[in-house]
Amino acid sequence: MRTLYDFPGGIHPPENKRQSSETPIRIANLPERLIIPLQQHIGAPARTRVSEGDRVLKGDVLGDTEGAFSVPVHAPTSGHIERIGPHAVPHPSGLDDWCVTLIPDGKDHWGACHPLPESDQQDPDRLLAHIHKAGIAGLGGAGFPTGIKLRPPETDSIRTVILNAAECEPYITADDRLIRDRAAEVVSGLQIVRRILNPEQCLIGIEDNKPDAIQALESAVDGTGIEVVVIPTRYPSGGEKQLIQVLTGEEVPHGGIPADIGVLCQNVGTAAAIHRAVYHGEPLIQRITTLTGDALCEPGNVETLIGTPIRHLLDSAGFDEARAGDVLMGGPMMGFSLPDLAMPVVKTTNCLLAGSPEELPPPPPPQPCIRCGYCADACPMELLPQQLFWFAQSGENDKAEQHNLFDCIECGACSWVCPSQIPLVQYYRSTKGEIREQREEQIRADRARERFEARQARLEREQAEKEAKRQARKEAAAKARQTPPASKAAPERSAAASETVAAPSEAPDIETLEKQLLKAQAKRNNMRNMLDDARKRGADNVDKLEKAVAKNDDRVDAAQKALEKARSGLTETGGATE
Amino acid sequence: MNRGRTSSPHQPGPNRTGRLMAWVMAAALPGLLAQTLFFGWGNLINTVFCIALSVGTEAAVLALRQRPVRFFLRDNTAALTGLLLGLSLPPLTPWWVSAIAVISAIVLAKQLYGGLGANPFNPAMVGYALVLVSFPVALTTRWVAPAGTEEAVLPGLIETLSIIFGGSTPVDAFTMATPLDVYKHGIAGALASQVTTHPTFGDGIARGWEWVNAGFLAGGLFLLWRRIISWHIPVSLLASLALMSLVFGWDPDRATPLSLHLVSGATMLGAFFIATDPVSAATSHRGKLIYGAGIGLLLYVIRTWGTYPDAIAFAVLLMNLSVPFIDHYTQPRTYGHRKARRVGTGGA
Ligand code: SF4
Ligand code: SF4
Repeated sequence: MRTLYDFPGGIHPPENKRQSSETPIRIANLPERLIIPLQQHIGAPARTRVSEGDRVLKGDVLGDTEGAFSVPVHAPTSGHIERIGPHAVPHPSGLDDWCVTLIPDGKDHWGACHPLPESDQQDPDRLLAHIHKAGIAGLGGAGFPTGIKLRPPETDSIRTVILNAAECEPYITADDRLIRDRAAEVVSGLQIVRRILNPEQCLIGIEDNKPDAIQALESAVDGTGIEVVVIPTRYPSGGEKQLIQVLTGEEVPHGGIPADIGVLCQNVGTAAAIHRAVYHGEPLIQRITTLTGDALCEPGNVETLIGTPIRHLLDSAGFDEARAGDVLMGGPMMGFSLPDLAMPVVKTTNCLLAGSPEELPPPPPPQPCIRCGYCADACPMELLPQQLFWFAQSGENDKAEQHNLFDCIECGACSWVCPSQIPLVQYYRSTKGEIREQREEQIRADRARERFEARQARLEREQAEKEAKRQARKEAAAKARQTPPASKAAPERSAAASETVAAPSEAPDIETLEKQLLKAQAKRNNMRNMLDDARKRGADNVDKLEKAVAKNDDRVDAAQKALEKARSGLTETGGATE
Repeated sequence: MNRGRTSSPHQPGPNRTGRLMAWVMAAALPGLLAQTLFFGWGNLINTVFCIALSVGTEAAVLALRQRPVRFFLRDNTAALTGLLLGLSLPPLTPWWVSAIAVISAIVLAKQLYGGLGANPFNPAMVGYALVLVSFPVALTTRWVAPAGTEEAVLPGLIETLSIIFGGSTPVDAFTMATPLDVYKHGIAGALASQVTTHPTFGDGIARGWEWVNAGFLAGGLFLLWRRIISWHIPVSLLASLALMSLVFGWDPDRATPLSLHLVSGATMLGAFFIATDPVSAATSHRGKLIYGAGIGLLLYVIRTWGTYPDAIAFAVLLMNLSVPFIDHYTQPRTYGHRKARRVGTGGA
């Protein structure tokens, strides 16, 4: 029996999973049109590979990778492209995305399907390339491209691969149902991941409220060396950081990623998608989505094409619009309320929760914070949500940041327990947004200032040079007047001329030195600010920064000396002219 | 339909401030019952009066501040402040003294600071300390002789009402000094065995008082069990009081013994109901431990070397003062950080 570790805090909200978990996965029927966003993941949008009016087959590439952080997008079914343009997509930002609208022809004809040849199935690089080409991105959370995630900086640094089957969020049963119906696919996908990363251990973390799924996994992993670890049900045990803590006892360092401690987490749906891509050549064009909530007559899980309009999917489950309040993408704890049901299903749509107003009541007016500390007791990150709230509310963004606001995973446990019903997460989100904006603003301002200063310096220098030239010309002219136009004056004159010509040739040297000095000064000031900040915070890297400042001081001195030397050299030569 | 506007989480949890306060008040009932059984109607009348006045005052101030009155009254904190004052003031306190305590608690200590959540001091204790300092006689001679004392009688309902509201002075047969008071002043010139012959001690440790404290302890355990309060403050408070008493007062012939410290006076009421007021207490677990220990320590110091026989109010108020510092030095270490960051808190 493996030792399990504990994570601090956590809550036990009503699970509400049985509404949707007890019927097998249904296949959603084809909608009239599919709206496929070209950016369904963190990273750059894919470049369109089709034009309006084109006919496509199922699995054809619609958009291709633009940057390193992007994955291709494929046609979920056969049909023709009606339109390419902006369309509302489910994203908390509320911004439109560039989408391809596809009218299915109903035939669902596959284009060419390329499973990875057996000879290549053992080669990590071939596997990675194949996974990337299949457009696979994390099917839970942020939707990070899987092909990139599976390629950590040093491949051999991953010691533990964790399949996150905890599914701690209430209402959502997509992973549970996927495991129950297709455990073999999930485990097969995990084995591919294991082949790529070659970790010491491979674990599946699952909450103990899913006995059927646990059983299915136990029999599927038999003989593979993969271990199914059953963990106590407590929200948010499925948070990546929490699951890692429960299974390994280690914490992902602040500002780092799990790979820093040799861990990689994969989502259940992603594992199944990897299996399908490698063995069947199917790109990621569909996913399992939980349809649930009191406003649906037939809740359950469906396998749906990406791009299916949400309303179509809800209608297929008996959506009773009159009874519906909010419709959420995701669960009640971390999901967000959809402004528009014409939005399509995307790769990260794990759940659509169409609740009645009683089920998802409008937030009550918050009462004052009574500092009861329940929120701190519930916080899995061991923050002090009441203090963060205080700072967020009073606009003390810097203090909120110093109290580790950016470590908040927005799990909502604090808001859930708050007796005064304060929408804490909302405050944190908007404060984080403000701080990010300020940072960007700062960077922009810094850049503008640098540019301005550089320009100013250039103008001054040009002015000085002009002045010097004028002076030189004047002197030369004066000398020329003093000395009669004799033949022996000519070389002198030409010498003076050559001096004036030589001066500019020397100027670039000073210019680069000046630039160097400015750069060194900027860097040192930057270091100094960081040091001050670190001292104020009592951070652990003070001594390191002190050293850095000292080093940069030296650099500035050196640059200054070099510049002075160059300048005095110039005046010396300048003096020689006289 | 305003879809897409609300922020997660979309379902509320089970806690409500008003309900929590109501539970705290309910948990105080066993203590109040014991007070009524052993010390007559006084505390009950005081409590009802203080609650009514407290709620009325809060409503009036909220109306003056142009705040939604009903909305804020629903948090039940004003009623709780009234209740705590009613439980801590001597049973025969004249109504105007209670009234001054209540009004200063609500107006001075709470609303002038901006209302619930913004008050650095425990409102009930501000009110209590104010009248204790201003009217020491009324606050020390109005304790009732516990039921069962031979040479005393328990005042009846009518008599109690006329003493509290009618301004009549209680007859000597009604009143008696508290055990803490008697012991403290008696032990200076006598042995423990002689001091404890005083009727206030009865056959046990402190007649009546032991039951009152048992009642508040029971209520406190209930609050712990329901997880309405956390154990940190009461446990550290009682532990530090006990430790001080064992170190400095181990000899019952020279100082008040531990048993008396624990089961008489307002010890349990203070530990479970007063010191645990969240608004004015330290906020992290470690902070709460320090905060509670500080109160226990001050409680012992003032009871032993100060002029007041009981000291919950002063001990709590003094520790309220140090909360910003405690909070500053007890920030928890966040996940993924090597150590806690220490940065200024709001009030520091
Ligand atoms: S749970 Fe709510 S009321 Fe309690 S301390 Fe946290 S924010 Fe304040
Ligand atoms: S939302 Fe943030 S502050 Fe609140 S419990 Fe979760 S991690 Fe802690």
